[in-house]
Order: sequence, then structure tokens, then C-alpha cells
Amino acid sequence: MFASRLMDRRLLPLIGPLLLFGLWELVISARWIKPVLLPPPGETLAYLWGAVTSGAILPDLLSTLYRTLAAFGIAVLIGVPLGVLLGSSELAYRSVEFVIDFFRSTPSSALIPLFMLIFGITDINKIAIASFGAMLIVLFNSAYGVMNAKKTRVMAAQIMGVSRWHVFKDVLLMESLAQTFVGLRSAVSMALVIVIVAEMFIGSETGLGHRIIDAQQVFNVKDMYTSILVTGALGYLLNLAFLLVEKKLIHWSGKA
Amino acid sequence: MNGPAANLPHVTIRGLCKSFAGSPLYTDFSLDLPRGEIVSIFGPNGCGKSTLMNMIAGLVPLDAGEILFDGKTLKQTDIGYVFQNYRDALFPWISAWDNIAYPLRRKGMKEAQVRERVDELVKLFEIRFDLKRYPYELSGGQMQTVCIMRALAPRPEVMFLDEPFSALDFEMTLFIREKLQEAHLATGVTMVIVSHDLEDAVFLADHILLLTRRPTRIAEFVPFEMPRPRVPEAVSDERFVKVKAHTLEVFRREMKA
Repeated sequence: MFASRLMDRRLLPLIGPLLLFGLWELVISARWIKPVLLPPPGETLAYLWGAVTSGAILPDLLSTLYRTLAAFGIAVLIGVPLGVLLGSSELAYRSVEFVIDFFRSTPSSALIPLFMLIFGITDINKIAIASFGAMLIVLFNSAYGVMNAKKTRVMAAQIMGVSRWHVFKDVLLMESLAQTFVGLRSAVSMALVIVIVAEMFIGSETGLGHRIIDAQQVFNVKDMYTSILVTGALGYLLNLAFLLVEKKLIHWSGKA
Repeated sequence: MNGPAANLPHVTIRGLCKSFAGSPLYTDFSLDLPRGEIVSIFGPNGCGKSTLMNMIAGLVPLDAGEILFDGKTLKQTDIGYVFQNYRDALFPWISAWDNIAYPLRRKGMKEAQVRERVDELVKLFEIRFDLKRYPYELSGGQMQTVCIMRALAPRPEVMFLDEPFSALDFEMTLFIREKLQEAHLATGVTMVIVSHDLEDAVFLADHILLLTRRPTRIAEFVPFEMPRPRVPEAVSDERFVKVKAHTLEVFRREMKA
């Protein structure tokens, strides 16, 4: 009885995708949407399987992954130290807060033409704009992580006569980690979004974004949906990976 | 304590002034805290019990005045502090054991000595739970015990406790009271406790500092000389009842004033 209930619970997450595929099948068999616009789920999945096992989609997947991770890496290298620095001096943060909030609220895709003027139609351009968007998220979260550090913990360390550097390193920095990781997770998703958009609209030879728009142009809908599904899976897995690392590394998150 | 030093006050507060938003809380306030004693601070709401203790502990700046520990400044003195909110006071990213060891390691103590000192505290407090666990895995009482051990670890001269029982259930209050008495007996550390509970304030104290409404002055510095260790039943002892009744009377008089 207990084992079967446990089984049921584990299977619960499958219900959503099954419902989605059921609905997909339904709209096609009921002819609500033309098959030329939406191929049946079975055929699409078979195409997806073929594209993955033959490795046909691999070069595009890898170049998108490379750009996303490169952009994310740059965002972290600049965003975390800068965020922590700004966060530890509230005056400094307040003086640049407007600029950060303004560009954080500006869709990064709106800046693509600007970045094209600066970097031209290059690979660097795609990475640069994605890292810009991701960096603002990382910076903002790291800064708030430090600023929202529990005052009691900081006081506890100060009262022990610990040096300012150690209060910063042992308390403020550790306190900020939970919030920083929230930022990292959103930032990697943001980097992927911008990379895909950039691959679509900044002349590109590779990448999932490029593949999606190419397939759409020639009306290869199976390949288009396949590329969309692979992009979705990539985004999902990146988020999952960060969640797992976060759970392991920031074990106290949400508990203290 | 023997010898002439025992009669000298440990902490001397002279000419202390503090205002908040222009309204004075303390004006030319002076007080001596006796060496090796437990002093409870008690008074009406808003009289600045915690503010007074936090000014002594250096957490709140003074407007004017001087506070010395055996003639030394705060910077030259090792103090310990136990916060009301133990959950926010401990470092959740390291184990309870490492929390206790933290101030020792930061003082540059060798690892072997650190282990020795922590083991000593474990014995003193008769710890039976696993200190390798993280603070958030412990109960409230266990967390507060760890806080007290961490504060005591570097052998402070003065230890401050800000409403240490207010977030604990009665069982844990009895346990911590007992442990604080034992720690006090074993170390002779001067203790200052802020309490909003009259029974807690009287139970542990050698002196109860009763404060007036603001602008705050000393209403009375009541001695309580009942021998230690004081067992939980002491609350029905005639001497306890008498001192508690007296402090209550002073408190009610000050409330009306």
C-alpha cells in the first residue's frame, strides 16, 4: 500500500507532459490546427529522436550552450565582485541604483542594435549582450544579498572583536550567497534567452536560435518544433543543475 | 573572590548621555557593576534596558560619557554577548561545533587548544546532542545553549545576555538558568542580563538594577543574596518571594510616576 502510494507520487510529474501531448494530439486529430503548422506529437518526437541520435542538432546545441555559458561566466566574474562591493557600502549602491534598475528593466533585446554598432555582427556581440543582461541580474542579487545580511550575525562577529575583513569574509559574504545563487539561476536563464534572440536576429551560422528561424523560413515545422523543444530542455536542465548545486552548496538556504 | 580587587567595581559607567531624536533617554547616568556578579536590568517599557546594555557592550554609540572595564576601554576587553534571537545570531553555514570554535580560531588559537576549550565547554554544559549538526537542525533551546557556549568560549571578562529566555519554553528556561549558574560559578565572569520577566530577572541575579521611566535614572539597585546554586524551587523560597515583591513594588511605583 505504502509502496504503491510512493510510486504514484513519483509519477505525478509525468501527468503534465502527458496532458500536453494529449492536447497536442487532440487539436490535430480534431483538425483545429492544420498539420502543416503543427505536426503530430509522435512524428515530432520521432524527428527529435533522430536529430539527437544522428547528432544533426549537436553543433547548434553546443554553440548555443557555449555562448550561454561564456556570457554567464563573464556576468559572474564581473557581477559578483561588483555586487558584493556595492552591497557592502549602501551609499555606493544607492548612487548607482537608478542606472542598475533602469537597465535591468530595459529588455536586453532592445539593446541588440546598439551592441551591433559597437561589436558588429560577430559571435562576440551575442556573448557581450547576453553577459550584459545576465550581469545586471547577478550584480543586483549579490548586492542585495550583502545589504540584507542579518544585522544580528554581523553584530555577533563584531562583538567577538573580529577584524573588519573577517566580518566581511566570514559573515557578509556567506550571508549573501543564498541570494547570489538565486541571481545566478535567473542569470543563466536570462543569458540563454538573449543568446537565442541574438542568434535569430544577429546574422548567425550556428545555434539553436538560428536553427529555429531557419526552419521557420523554409517551413520545416518538424525541425522548428524539435529545435524549440531542445532549447526548452537546455533551459530546464541548466536551471535544474543550478538548483542541485545550490542545494548542496547553500544547504542553509531558506532554513536560517 | 578574595582580596581588595574583589571589592573594586568591574565596570564603571560615568556621565553617560544618550538621546533619541532629540528626546533624552539617559542624562549624566552613572553606575558601577560589581565584579563577578550577575546583574539583571529591569524596568518599564521604553526605559532603555537593552540600550543601556548595548551601550556598555559597544553596539550602540554613546552621546557622551565614559565606560571602563577595570580602567580599560572596551577595545582592550574581551566580552561575550548572547542575543535574544539565537537563530539569527548563529552562523548557519558552519556546524554548531564550529560556531563555538569560531571566536577562538579568529583569535589565532591553535587547533589543539581550540578542541580542548570546546571539549571543556561541552563537559560544563553536559551537551548530549550532536554538535556536528548545523544550527538550523537544532531545537531553540539547543541553539541558545550553543550561543552561550560560543560567547563563553574566549573566556570573556563580561558577558551580556539580551532577554536570553524570551523565545524559549519553560523547560528550556529552567535548563538554561541552571547552566548559566554553573557557568558563572565555574568562571566567575561578570554577567549583565536584560529581562522583561521579573521572575527571570530576580532568579539569577546578585543585584537587580531597577530603572525609572525615561529620562531614565536608577530607581533602586536591589541586592539579592540568596546562596547558589539556586534550584527551580527557590522561586517559592521566602527570601526570593520577598525580593521579588519588593522589586515589583518599586516597578509599580515607577510605572505610575
